Amino acid sequence: MRGYAGKFAEVDLSTGEVKETVFGEEILRQYLGGRGLAAKVLWDRLGGVWEKVDPLGPENILTIFAGPLTGYYPGSKMCISGKSPLTLGIVGSTIAGEHAVEMRCAGFDGLIIKGRAEKPVYLLVTDGRVEIRDASHVWGKGRVETYRILMREALGLLEERSPGSREWREPSILHIGPASEKISRVTAVQTKWTHGAGYGGYGAVMGSKNLKAVLFKGLGPLPEAWDMERVREIIWRIVRICFKSDSMRRWGTGAAGYDVGNRLSSEPVRNWQDEWHDERSFGVDRFEERVWVKRYWGDFGCPTTCMKLSVVRVGPYKGAMSDDPDYENQAYLGTNLGIFTPEENVYLCSLMEELGFCGIQVGNTLGFAAELYQRGILTKEDLGFELRWGDVEGFERLMRMMAERKGIGDILAEGTYRAALKIGEMKGLDLTRYAVTEKGMGIGAHGVRSRLDYVEAVSYPCSVQGGDHTSPAMRDLRKGDSELTVILHDSGVYCWFNIMEDEALDLVWPLIQAVTGWPITADTWYNEMAPRILAIQRATLLLGGPDITWKPIRDDDLPARWYEPLPSGPYKGRSSDRRELEEDRRRYFEDVGWDERGIPKSSTLKKLGLEDVDKKLRSYLGSP
Amino acid sequence: MSAFEPIWIARDFPKCSGCRLCEVACSLHHEGRIWPEASRVRVFMRVPGAEFPHLCAQCHDYPCVASCPVGALSVDKKTSAVLVDREACTSCGACIEACPGRIPFLHPGDKKATICDLCDGDPQCAMICVEGGWNALRTVKREESHSYKLYARKPDEITKDLVTIIYGEHGEELAR
Repeated sequence: MRGYAGKFAEVDLSTGEVKETVFGEEILRQYLGGRGLAAKVLWDRLGGVWEKVDPLGPENILTIFAGPLTGYYPGSKMCISGKSPLTLGIVGSTIAGEHAVEMRCAGFDGLIIKGRAEKPVYLLVTDGRVEIRDASHVWGKGRVETYRILMREALGLLEERSPGSREWREPSILHIGPASEKISRVTAVQTKWTHGAGYGGYGAVMGSKNLKAVLFKGLGPLPEAWDMERVREIIWRIVRICFKSDSMRRWGTGAAGYDVGNRLSSEPVRNWQDEWHDERSFGVDRFEERVWVKRYWGDFGCPTTCMKLSVVRVGPYKGAMSDDPDYENQAYLGTNLGIFTPEENVYLCSLMEELGFCGIQVGNTLGFAAELYQRGILTKEDLGFELRWGDVEGFERLMRMMAERKGIGDILAEGTYRAALKIGEMKGLDLTRYAVTEKGMGIGAHGVRSRLDYVEAVSYPCSVQGGDHTSPAMRDLRKGDSELTVILHDSGVYCWFNIMEDEALDLVWPLIQAVTGWPITADTWYNEMAPRILAIQRATLLLGGPDITWKPIRDDDLPARWYEPLPSGPYKGRSSDRRELEEDRRRYFEDVGWDERGIPKSSTLKKLGLEDVDKKLRSYLGSP
Repeated sequence: MSAFEPIWIARDFPKCSGCRLCEVACSLHHEGRIWPEASRVRVFMRVPGAEFPHLCAQCHDYPCVASCPVGALSVDKKTSAVLVDREACTSCGACIEACPGRIPFLHPGDKKATICDLCDGDPQCAMICVEGGWNALRTVKREESHSYKLYARKPDEITKDLVTIIYGEHGEELAR
């Protein structure tokens, strides 16, 4: 088999046992790797009892998977999955960096982690070996110290085991921060200080397993490809396509903090009470000229290097550092909180990363809390202080309370939706109307009310990853950014910001063949492979549990806020239309082979070879 | 012999994006595969954001060549690169210790000393770095008046300086 290292490591943190697992060609050929294979593995092992599995219990399985294209398709990523503590389904959450390449060079395609360690541990993955090591000394530490201490420790170990052979390079490190250790659902798996796999809430899963970090160092080559000459030719063609994308290279998504609000009216402003602003203080020119100390920053094999490095050099926020911040973090820890200056935004992003939160999720929750304060539902007595829009100090205090789970922070650490239920119960009010979430997950910073952004009415309600803006359902199933296409990238596993041009997308099929030897075509993918993965993910989402069970249709809806008209800007008055959603949703379900409630049909599941999924769904949900 | 002008790979560390396409290009050229730890240029990241390429500087006095107990290293008269006789190399690691930057390494495959050979005059790492517009690595004319040896430095030493440029006064603390 080509394109794969050929083995996976299984780690049981409860017993300390580590063993190797091999998946046969028939499985890998159907599911590739990353998100697809995670869906398969999680379903096979947990599907029968899915609704009873506590995502934060030792029974949950954390998967850390690369894919056959990782390291080959320019711009590499890792895909992290498990039962999501936010959506209660399966979310494929990707994160860029060198870890996935290091893992493949160490001879592993992925890690399957279950159980719960008695004390904090980290995993060290080196050539053909996975070790469980003590992490007590980094428990409680943030991104900077965690990286520094574990990196130095690993360098010492590597030198000790193979003295004098080389100046050792750093292992690549996936880790969690203090908020994940306190099992907050709005946290991320992190790397390189500023990168995070936030969607899904797998930082909390690592925290619940007492798993502080995973370190990867592999000395081997990438797994052998089927036709290396062809692979080489395609890689350089894709690299050169990416070289042409001037604005993406220069500004990354960092231009969007102004653009998306101003041009598209689809940016969260003050907990989505608005989606338009004309705050020129938040223009990308201000970021570029005032805080970007590195204008091109990227991860293994990336020709675009859309990331930037921000450092605040002067003023009250001196020393704060983050990436661009990318658009999502500009929006959620900027405009969504009524904050419109680069320095304040970078400061909150810096803090978010130090504490280990997901910027989108924590920004969504902070905005929700601030709106409750604005409306007098949460008071100074509830919070311990006042929380006004634009108040950096107030948001810092609240974020720290969430990380420490102190006071109201303990409830908010559960994420917006669950906090809305809990605080609503305390106050005797329905607060879910202020929660801009989809299936328990804060929605990405791209609204649909103006109808100008790339997302559609069905994008979030029908996505199998809840509010994930990087995995939107689209009426045109084969569209470049449709969920079915994204599943390809997330199973590949590589960065889909390097495949936005149709020209590049056309090269992915020959690249898959050149790497694996398998003649997978667009038709095979869209007619069979993607629907199979999608159906498993949808099934787990419908099963949910144990704390919440989503109701088909009722919960396949847009947040209440988006049915309110936009209050300002050139598209003032536009809002989502329920009948339009209902019609589009009905057609989407039909197109992917699900019934009118969005339950994958028996005939669809049987055609895809998912009889066990069908059986489980029928026994649990009953026939329509 | 044609008139080949000796070259050098100029490096400009603050411009390094950390993308590692240099490693992809180098290992594809020398190994026919993507093999980061066999790449003659290796990007270090002791501190995120302070990435830089680490590769042979072709010191004027070639301490690595002088250190080899079996004479396995020599200087290419055409390019001025250090060439390794892989048959003769005993994997003793003396060249690694002799290099002020600890730049040579034992190849993870055959365990032989591995050093940048300037791709026989057409360095692939610099080519992609320039084409991508980063210019952290750039092929220039080698001028004998310049002390290229200054660039043979250990990763930790380079990092200590680089973090100050990138992170300002907090840099030193980050690079501990």
